[in-house]
Amino acid sequence: MVVAVAIDRATSSRKDGPHLAELADTVTEQVAATQTRVRRARGFGVRAIGDRVFNLTTLALALVILALLFGVTLDLVINAMPSIKTFGLHFLVSTDWDPTNDQYGALPFIYGTVVSSLLALLIAVPLALGVALCLSEMVPTWLSHKLGFLVELLAAIPSVVYGLWGIFIMGPWLRDHVDPLLAKYLGFLPFFQGPQISVSMLSAAVVLAIMVLPYISAVCTDVFRVVPQTQREAAYALGATKWEMVRMAVLPFGVSGVIGAVILGLGRALGETIAVAMVIGNRPEISASVFMPSSTLASVIANEFVEATSDLNLAALVELGLVLLVLGLILNVAARTLVYSSTQRRFSKGK
Amino acid sequence: MPDKVIVRHLRASFNKVEALHDVSLNFAENRVTAIIGPSGCGKSTLVRCINRMHEVVPGASCTGDVILDGENIYAPAVDPVQVRRRIGMVFQKPTPFPTMSIEDNVAAGLKLNGIALARADRDRLVEQSLRRAALWEEVKDRLGRPGASLSGGQQQRLCVARALAVEPEVLLMDEPCSALDPISTARIEELLLELKATYTIIIVTHNMQQAARCSDFTAFMYAGDLIEFGETKQIFTNPTKRETEDYITGRFG
Amino acid sequence: MLLNPAQQRHNLYRNLKSKIMVGLTVAATIVALIPLFLVLGYLLSKGAASISWDFFTKMPTPVGQGGGGMANAIIGTFELVGIATLIGVPIGVGAGIYLAENRGSQLAQAIRFAADVMMGIPSIVIGIFVYAIFVKPFYGFSTLSGSIALAIIMIPLVTRTAEEMILLVPHELREAALALGVPRWRTTTSVVVRTAISGIATGVILAVARVAGETAPLLFTAFGNRFWSTSLFQPISSLTVQVYTYAISPFADWQRQAWAGALVLTAIVLAMELGVRWVTRGTARVAR
Repeated sequence: MVVAVAIDRATSSRKDGPHLAELADTVTEQVAATQTRVRRARGFGVRAIGDRVFNLTTLALALVILALLFGVTLDLVINAMPSIKTFGLHFLVSTDWDPTNDQYGALPFIYGTVVSSLLALLIAVPLALGVALCLSEMVPTWLSHKLGFLVELLAAIPSVVYGLWGIFIMGPWLRDHVDPLLAKYLGFLPFFQGPQISVSMLSAAVVLAIMVLPYISAVCTDVFRVVPQTQREAAYALGATKWEMVRMAVLPFGVSGVIGAVILGLGRALGETIAVAMVIGNRPEISASVFMPSSTLASVIANEFVEATSDLNLAALVELGLVLLVLGLILNVAARTLVYSSTQRRFSKGK
Repeated sequence: MPDKVIVRHLRASFNKVEALHDVSLNFAENRVTAIIGPSGCGKSTLVRCINRMHEVVPGASCTGDVILDGENIYAPAVDPVQVRRRIGMVFQKPTPFPTMSIEDNVAAGLKLNGIALARADRDRLVEQSLRRAALWEEVKDRLGRPGASLSGGQQQRLCVARALAVEPEVLLMDEPCSALDPISTARIEELLLELKATYTIIIVTHNMQQAARCSDFTAFMYAGDLIEFGETKQIFTNPTKRETEDYITGRFG
Repeated sequence: MLLNPAQQRHNLYRNLKSKIMVGLTVAATIVALIPLFLVLGYLLSKGAASISWDFFTKMPTPVGQGGGGMANAIIGTFELVGIATLIGVPIGVGAGIYLAENRGSQLAQAIRFAADVMMGIPSIVIGIFVYAIFVKPFYGFSTLSGSIALAIIMIPLVTRTAEEMILLVPHELREAALALGVPRWRTTTSVVVRTAISGIATGVILAVARVAGETAPLLFTAFGNRFWSTSLFQPISSLTVQVYTYAISPFADWQRQAWAGALVLTAIVLAMELGVRWVTRGTARVAR
């Protein structure tokens, strides 16, 4: 196309040029110009194609992520369909989990999941906040990094190892030393009554607490670290003590980030499978006592999926997975939004 | 006029690098003293040593004495928190607490007092502080709005009000106008002249006109040393040191 | 200082309260670290007691026979993780490049968000997904399906770390290359990505360490195998699943083997984490 235009111009200039010499000059010039233009155009073309191929390749790879996210969701919905059709919403509120009679209800597992996760947060959140404040406000930077590294190592230990430790060491220890104390002093509450068993809701909650703590504390530390130094100094300049400075400048600034971190931790706790499956006892019944075994969505899937007796049984297990997925998606969207808004926000002067 | 704050042989450093070499000078009561000098000369460090804010920065340390009304604030038994109550500070950039309302920002320091104030007393103190900071008329109808919703100049005056609310004796201002527009700057300068009747004011500025306009005394610092200190009029019309003259005539800095 | 006694008492109280709260945060940090040392301590003592040369070279033995090892599980873990890396890293790095290069676009933002959300999907759900689309319709439990499940878990981790590492490359460097007339894609691959490569490698190793410790997604994909797995389409044993199976078994010698397996597994995972962090002096971080 570029060549055509150039030739066109060359012809038109020939028509216009009155003198032969001039005409020859013009033609030579035009040809030369055309050649450069063509050369350049070809160069641009090649480069543009290279860029386009590269961009399309990376785009395709990036789209794999979107495809996976939709794929997982769609796949679970389709495979859970037999169960969804048979039981409808009743699935979510029925306590009857009976593979021999092909009757399935998710409530015991939803209960187990929610209660074990909330108990875990009850233990982990205050500790994680303490850790995050200690790392961001209390200790010198070099020590903060070393301690932060150790806390993050907690997240590096595989969950099956926590499960192993939970079954043989922590569970029996809780039963022998913690359960009796809880029963003695808080035994008037229904949560701390009845037989004390080492694989129990309490064991699961403690293991989960250990496992989610590093996530919560790491996010909170990040959130606190972006609090501008000027805010801290402003509080000190008013005569605040260290703790008053934290209350005045650090905590209010980081509050949405902290909530996000907690929700993120909750998401982790809900989905944790192996460690919980190993220490919770896997009993599909609801009991008030935390000393008793229980069961979670993830743990029952891990235990029964391979041994599913019927198609409906399998579909019901997939539907449990779907419940887990939906819970996870909701919590993650919420948490990411909160954490994002509070680590990206910089202190702005005036609006 | 008696001396309110006396600085003796003050040396300050960051991570073992000395930023302030043996500085001694006196600040007169109910007067405005300006500290001028090129960037990095140690003027901010000097004022931050006066209310023990210097030590808040990790790796910072200092030696020497700062005497407030005859009492050494670096004596071992002195609580830095109490020092900061008596010596208030306004920073370079406005620093209202973003999650607090205008009213709560002013009362932020009061809360620390622990003396439970009746609602009416609190309101009166908030109003009084805002009036003294010349902000009352502009915000009296929206005390519940967030402090960050004000303009930059208003935010800075809010910070002045917050500092005044705890009734300090000395007010340190670390380049309080550097982030402000000329009109807001003029408002703060007017404010200085009103406030010096009640407070001893020490202001760091890199704006020599500002120092000339609103201070009674001026200290010129260079490279961590106090070069010259005297009445503002004398410093600006008849400096005794060569460096001072070069600086105020704009030959360097 | 002129303070009345009430004020003095109040200041004493404030300072005390501040000291107590500071002390509590330090105590929280210590309490949080206790389980780390307990777990590592028990692993070392219990694991070392049951580990032997046989553990690395022998196959599992039937119950009651005693002896034996986890040779096939150790190799299996390396095989699963290796194939997962081959699948997951190109996709993750490519996607990371796309996100970094098209930072502002809405599609990139959607994909970034999707990657973040994917990281929060429970890994057992990934196991169900791979079972339903791969295991059930095709070959049954297999090495390949286990690797795919691990790869799916790796992808968002690698993507986000790669993106962040690429964005750390100074803009001037990119502009300098573009100003020399180097095409954009070559600038990206040979200048930007090459500069970020050590950071990306770090992120990849951390992601590998993360999936090496996964059990749940392998339960119904790779399943397990008491023998050597000779093909990608056969089930395969892994350290994590083997430790899980042995730990919940009622047999004492299997339980001992579980401790040994856990020790080896943790050693592998921590070696990767510590190695990376030591080399990068603590700045490395896997996306959360």
